[in-house]
Amino acid sequence: MNINFSEQELAFQKEVQTFFREELPEVVQEHINNGLAFNADVTVAYQKALYNKGWAGTNWPVEHGGTGWTSTQKYIFQTEMAKAKAPRQIPFGYSMVAPIIYTFGSEEQKQRFLPDILSSKTWWCQGYSEPNAGSDLAGLKTRAVRDGDHYVVNGTKTWTTLGHHADWIFCLVRTSEEDSKQKGISFLLIDMKSEGVSVKPIITLDGRREVNEVAFQDVKVPVDNLIGEEGKGWTYAKVLLTHERTNIAGVAVSKQRLEALYDLLNAPPEGCPDLKQNSVFMGRVLQVEMELKALEFTDLRVLSSVSTGSAPGPESSILKIKGTEIQQALDELYVEMAGIYALPFVPEQYDEAGFEPRIEPFFAPNAAPHYYNNRKVTIYGGSNEIQKNIIAKQVLGL
Amino acid sequence: MDFALNDIQQMLQDSADKFIHNKYDFETRQKHSKSELGYSEDNWQLFAELGWLALPFEEEFGGLDGNATDVMVLMTELGKGLLVEPYVSTVIMAGNAIQRCGTDEQKAELIGSIVGGELKLAFAATEAQAPADIKAITTTATGSGDSVKINGKKSVVLHAASADKLIVAARTDTDTIGLYIVDASAEGISAHHYPTNDGGRASDLTFKDVNATQLGDSNDVAAAIQAVLNDAVVAVSAEAVSLMDKMLNATVEYTKVRKQFDVPIAKFQVLQHNMVDMFMECEQARSMLYYAAITIGEGNAEAANKASQFLKWKVGQAARLVGQTAVQLHGGMGVTDELDVGHMFKRLTMINTLFGSMDYHLDSLVKQRQAA
Repeated sequence: MNINFSEQELAFQKEVQTFFREELPEVVQEHINNGLAFNADVTVAYQKALYNKGWAGTNWPVEHGGTGWTSTQKYIFQTEMAKAKAPRQIPFGYSMVAPIIYTFGSEEQKQRFLPDILSSKTWWCQGYSEPNAGSDLAGLKTRAVRDGDHYVVNGTKTWTTLGHHADWIFCLVRTSEEDSKQKGISFLLIDMKSEGVSVKPIITLDGRREVNEVAFQDVKVPVDNLIGEEGKGWTYAKVLLTHERTNIAGVAVSKQRLEALYDLLNAPPEGCPDLKQNSVFMGRVLQVEMELKALEFTDLRVLSSVSTGSAPGPESSILKIKGTEIQQALDELYVEMAGIYALPFVPEQYDEAGFEPRIEPFFAPNAAPHYYNNRKVTIYGGSNEIQKNIIAKQVLGL
Repeated sequence: MDFALNDIQQMLQDSADKFIHNKYDFETRQKHSKSELGYSEDNWQLFAELGWLALPFEEEFGGLDGNATDVMVLMTELGKGLLVEPYVSTVIMAGNAIQRCGTDEQKAELIGSIVGGELKLAFAATEAQAPADIKAITTTATGSGDSVKINGKKSVVLHAASADKLIVAARTDTDTIGLYIVDASAEGISAHHYPTNDGGRASDLTFKDVNATQLGDSNDVAAAIQAVLNDAVVAVSAEAVSLMDKMLNATVEYTKVRKQFDVPIAKFQVLQHNMVDMFMECEQARSMLYYAAITIGEGNAEAANKASQFLKWKVGQAARLVGQTAVQLHGGMGVTDELDVGHMFKRLTMINTLFGSMDYHLDSLVKQRQAA
């Protein structure tokens, strides 16, 4: 047993560190340095930089322009990316629809969609949840009715993250009522510019527009945009869910946030409470640190089994639950670290550099909005209660 | 990066698995535990034959050169049987201390006898007021070489009654902590032997001008004692993780057959989620065990001490949840003496008290952070 990197892996780590230190676009670096929110333009600039480096398709196979990295390389990349506080790649194109296209799509679909996803030319969003289909996703009602060489789509998708920037949406739609709930579902790609598509903002607890409701009224979608076979959409979506588990725990980002919290504790900025001397608070920080250390090794165990070619063991099923619990525990700690300056609501100061007058300590007013917003992580991607149902059934055989 | 077992570890795992499977069912364990000796001498001789008594020692003294990950692998298997033999006391603690501190002469003499199954030892290091804090030791050692006198009290020394010799930690004239070899039958020792809540044995030992020989050339070995305790934490934590796995499996199986309201109680979602919580704690404790065993095996003292504290906290916390939930879901059966689940619960609870409880380590880690 060992957890050491090989010579090649160490060299790779150096290369990644150099990239994040020296090769990020100026606008991205500026946002990182000033602690600003990453808007769509900055995110795209970052994604294009990764593309130019050949690193955009972290998980993609080489034949489609992916990196072909080993799981250890991916781990190193995620770790260095978090340390550099770089933005994340928006997952909907890169790691949600692309794997479905290159695994189940036709040659024509691969040619048509994959290059633009890789180069960050198109922005994708996800159309799974509906107002009445959340945890019970298979109960979705958006209908796609075949009419000659196209489908006519009617229905409403919701919680569509960053859908207001999207060029395309990938949807689970109902193409048949006769079969079982799951069997009547198909996987359809829809151009957001199609007639009859409307996007309505949903403002979340942080006061920002992150999610949307997307309505489809008699939207004509070419049959060419159907992935694979009609009625197999549920299977495709499920395969993807079990397929891609790297970084689901968010260990690298949580480690970075914990480090930054210790920095604040060691040198509390003016206006922050001196929580380092508060043993009750420090006890909570330490417990998060220990739980995170254990989760890091759970993650490494999964990586190691995947990299030796075996399927991830049952331990992989806990990554989402434990990872999100830790993220939220960190959010709570940050709100307390912000002290009384958790109160001001000044989102503008995170949108542009040099905004005046600003509230100091700069991080503090963002702690609560982040905490509010991040309650989502135990809800999305299959709520943690649904995850427990899955573990009970699939791992414990209950 | 690799979590696979090497050949020696695979052998250890196989032989220990076979032993527990063939020779250590619950009834047999209870019989040994309740016998006069408190364990089986036949088993001890078998341990010698199987090479387990040689595990952590250097090859030149007849050992297998094993490190913390090897100890973890062996104890993971042995833990499944709720082992009552004084393996951790003799080999992982006292023998380990001799390996780390002893002169070549002492090693040749003592380790050889341990490996051969002829010598058992107890490790009398920490004291009741601070079960994990070497700095708090008050027992004294005066003199040097082979004319040392020990005075003081050591509480709850594991397996002292069956030990031929004791390795005692004591404060020296120069305020350092040294280790001393004491004959268990030496004049001036008064011993109170008793059974423990988890089916083991322990003793309170009072030393009055007891003759002792210094272990090794240095009388300043606090760091080595800490390293021994770190290995011991890995050993009992491996045992704990195994017991947690067994309790989870037992609970899952029991709830599938136990019917109430005309259905197996495993059908109730609230119980399912309780068992998922047990499962997650088992996996997180196992991950922490891997982290600690690997880190401690690599030998950097500062990293090893931290890893051992992380591990002891995590195992304490996980064991409490898994143990209590297992008993709860077994209903009334969970609190009977008849079922092995209750005995695993008892052992897990006692493991938390050994080498510093979870709260002790959390408090200690907080203070270290505050001082940094």
